[in-house]
Amino acid sequence: MPRLVLSGLTKAYGPLAVVDKVDLTLGEGEFVSLLGPSGCGKTTTLRMIAGFVDPTAGSISVDGTVLSAPGAVVPPERRGMSMIFQSYAIWPNMTVEENVAFGLQLRKLPREEVKHRVAEMLAVVKLDKLAHRYPAELSGGQQQRVALARAIVVKPSVLLLDEPLSNLDANLREEMRFEIRRLHDEFRITTVYVTHDQAEAMATSDRIAVMNAGRIEQVDAPHLLYARPRTRFVAGFVGRTNLLEARVASGTLLLDGVSLGPAAQARLPDGALLISLRPQAMAIHEARPAGDGLVLEATIVERTYLGEAWDYVVQPEGTSLRLRAAAPPLEAHDVGRKVWLAVDARQVAVVE
Amino acid sequence: MAGTRPGRLRRLEPVAFLWIALIAALLVLVAAPLLKLLLVSFEMQETGEFTFQNYLTAYGRQRYLDALRNSLLLGMLSAAISVVIAVPMAWAVSRTDMPGKGFTWATVLAAFIMPPYLGAIGWILLAGPNSGWINQVWRAATGAEAPLVNIYTFTGMAFVIALHSFPLVFIFVKSALDLISSEMEDAANILGGGTWTTMRKVTLPLVWPSILGSFILIFLETIALFGTPAIIGIPARINVVTTQLWQFFEDPVRVEVAAAYAIPLLLITVGLIAVQKMLLSRKGFVSQTGKGGERRQVKLGPWRWVLFGWCLAVAMLAVVKPLMVLLQASFAKAWGRGFSFDNLTLRNYRFLLFEHDMAPQATWNTVWFSAASATIAAVLALLVAYIVIRRLMRLADALGFLAMAPFVIPGIVMAIGFYAAYAGPPLSLYGSALLIILAFAARFLPIAYANSQAAIRAVHPEMEEAARILGSGRLHAIRRVTAPLLKTSLLGGWLVVFIVASRELSAAIFLVGPRTRTMSVLLYDLTEQGNFEVVSAFGGILLLITMAIVGIGMKLVGRDFMLRRE
Repeated sequence: MPRLVLSGLTKAYGPLAVVDKVDLTLGEGEFVSLLGPSGCGKTTTLRMIAGFVDPTAGSISVDGTVLSAPGAVVPPERRGMSMIFQSYAIWPNMTVEENVAFGLQLRKLPREEVKHRVAEMLAVVKLDKLAHRYPAELSGGQQQRVALARAIVVKPSVLLLDEPLSNLDANLREEMRFEIRRLHDEFRITTVYVTHDQAEAMATSDRIAVMNAGRIEQVDAPHLLYARPRTRFVAGFVGRTNLLEARVASGTLLLDGVSLGPAAQARLPDGALLISLRPQAMAIHEARPAGDGLVLEATIVERTYLGEAWDYVVQPEGTSLRLRAAAPPLEAHDVGRKVWLAVDARQVAVVE
Repeated sequence: MAGTRPGRLRRLEPVAFLWIALIAALLVLVAAPLLKLLLVSFEMQETGEFTFQNYLTAYGRQRYLDALRNSLLLGMLSAAISVVIAVPMAWAVSRTDMPGKGFTWATVLAAFIMPPYLGAIGWILLAGPNSGWINQVWRAATGAEAPLVNIYTFTGMAFVIALHSFPLVFIFVKSALDLISSEMEDAANILGGGTWTTMRKVTLPLVWPSILGSFILIFLETIALFGTPAIIGIPARINVVTTQLWQFFEDPVRVEVAAAYAIPLLLITVGLIAVQKMLLSRKGFVSQTGKGGERRQVKLGPWRWVLFGWCLAVAMLAVVKPLMVLLQASFAKAWGRGFSFDNLTLRNYRFLLFEHDMAPQATWNTVWFSAASATIAAVLALLVAYIVIRRLMRLADALGFLAMAPFVIPGIVMAIGFYAAYAGPPLSLYGSALLIILAFAARFLPIAYANSQAAIRAVHPEMEEAARILGSGRLHAIRRVTAPLLKTSLLGGWLVVFIVASRELSAAIFLVGPRTRTMSVLLYDLTEQGNFEVVSAFGGILLLITMAIVGIGMKLVGRDFMLRRE
């Protein structure tokens, strides 16, 4: 049985639906991210799962029991979940130990067991030496670990994370990403993770649900989301891409008159369509590369050095297309130079 | 020499002279009176010899010791009642969907600006054992002989004091609650805590410092309060420290005994504030991060009407009823005869405004003393706060310390210090306007200082630096950039000092002379004569002036200028 099921979940304020018929199913122990720009409804969805917000329509069930439906909502304190907040919300008047013990004490566990489990948990998040500190005496990363420990120690049925890393600086953010994944691998808690940062979602999740304007656009494993975006929004939001208007004529995919080879992948009908071509799906060569892959003659129009890679704008001969193509730092080509563009046709994705 | 060093000295900033002037001013206003108080307590009258005799006299009689004990008990009881009254109100206004928040807010403001001694007079009219309104109604309704309530008791006095102190708890606790993000409570909810558990284990502990702080503050204000204990306590034969001090000032004036007797008040205050600091030292009580600070209201369901009922009851007791009876009495020939047309008269007001030999003078005194002391306090506070916050001078912190020191000196102790230092020769300022103005300015300096500090903190130093890099000197930059940015909040500070100075009784009563009586002192004198109709009318005039100033403040500075926590 799936652990968490959202079906037709909707939240409307007046005529405005901020969450619009969301369907999502999480298996036991699965880690799913809700990814999207601010205002896409991801936090509202999370808060509905937690029970802080009542749905206007649809339902939320855990292990087959309905917890939220319009007019009938189990309050947060009786859901057996836990949550990590954007501000961490660790209580500044309690020590690290007291913060972590809070949920266990509410569950009326024997004192010895509380002590034991708290100590164990603090060891896992490497805070055992700081157990008697107050939050004000901890760094941002340490506070984040307290929040993690406090949420995980109660062994929740579902763990909810609301942009937990947005208050940390870049290096720490990267470290905590792996920490969150490590803890998930260790405890296998079913997790819903809300973020607007795709790198965070990619690094942590089993699957990612991309949200836009209150709807889920696509749910997929991170690498599939990148390679096979199904909608224009997903293609543009996840990674950078070239969104191009193409045509299929008698089984051949044509891009501004240039053939990209047989449109075999989906047996597409003739007509106009939109494709996504990642900058990484193209390679720039100064001489015509060997092999029978798709190669186009092109001119370098612009270039920007981004540190990790070059960002070129190239124009294939005989077209008015401007394609962004990525290249490693040592492959420097001058603007105006004629080059050969090798296109990996397998990475061409048709989007809605 | 000067040529080799691009001389800091040659371009000595005018700020340096200012600093010296400020030190001098603070020494005169704060340090000298305190020091003199301490010295006098060890001196023989006339001869000035060193002695412990004053302390032996001050603590040598059971009556004096009882007064001390009464003060401590009164302070605790009033503070406790205030906390009980105000914490639910603060929680309701800050965190819940209780209706009538504007009304509650107005109640708190009204209770705050109403001078406590006026409230005390109102409650004498309401709950005097024989003719008080409540008891009259009670007797008429039940035929009972005994009064239902009696204000001339220890609890009655504590209750009346609390009715005008609770706004402090409200302001402190509400602003602490306002700072707690809802996520703090959400985190407890999701871990299994219901609304009440969360409030008990998370929300209240988080505002515990503000509850403790306001409890201590009210305790301290109460033990230093003169008006209510004098108006209610003296007829009830309940002696407290302040009324006892007053008796030491009756002929023959025994300043040195009063000084010795006042020292414990000072020690208790300093001690309590130290204890408070210690208790709160390590724990953090403000959420650490700025983001995610969204606040949502707790939905109370039917409970919200219970809370609203509570606020309504407080409004009735603290504001509506006392004001009603005061108003009635001020327009009555004899207040006990109740509301009827033939009892109506303007005589009381006419008497005060046109016939009384002191009332117009006292009114004018109050206005100009308050304005002058507010101006002195505001200017001093602004300059000191500026130097301290921008760290312009070494030892700047010493300035800040001096400016905040009167906060821990009970007003009445301050007044005795001023008396000891400046009343007699060589300055012989007793009874002069200058003495009262300086005492008020010193007493309320911390209010103005805290206000200026907050205001200056809000102006980023880069604002000034931008002016200076374009060639403006520091004072010029302050005048052209900083001061205009601070204008409204400084005006707010000035008005608050004006209002508290205009009703100040504890400090004034020891310093006024025949021609320098303020409205508060005259009001007290009238109360002693027992003519409550005239007293009420004079109270009405005082309230009218206060309300006009509050109104101006709200218009110019903003609705909440009185009730911000500083």
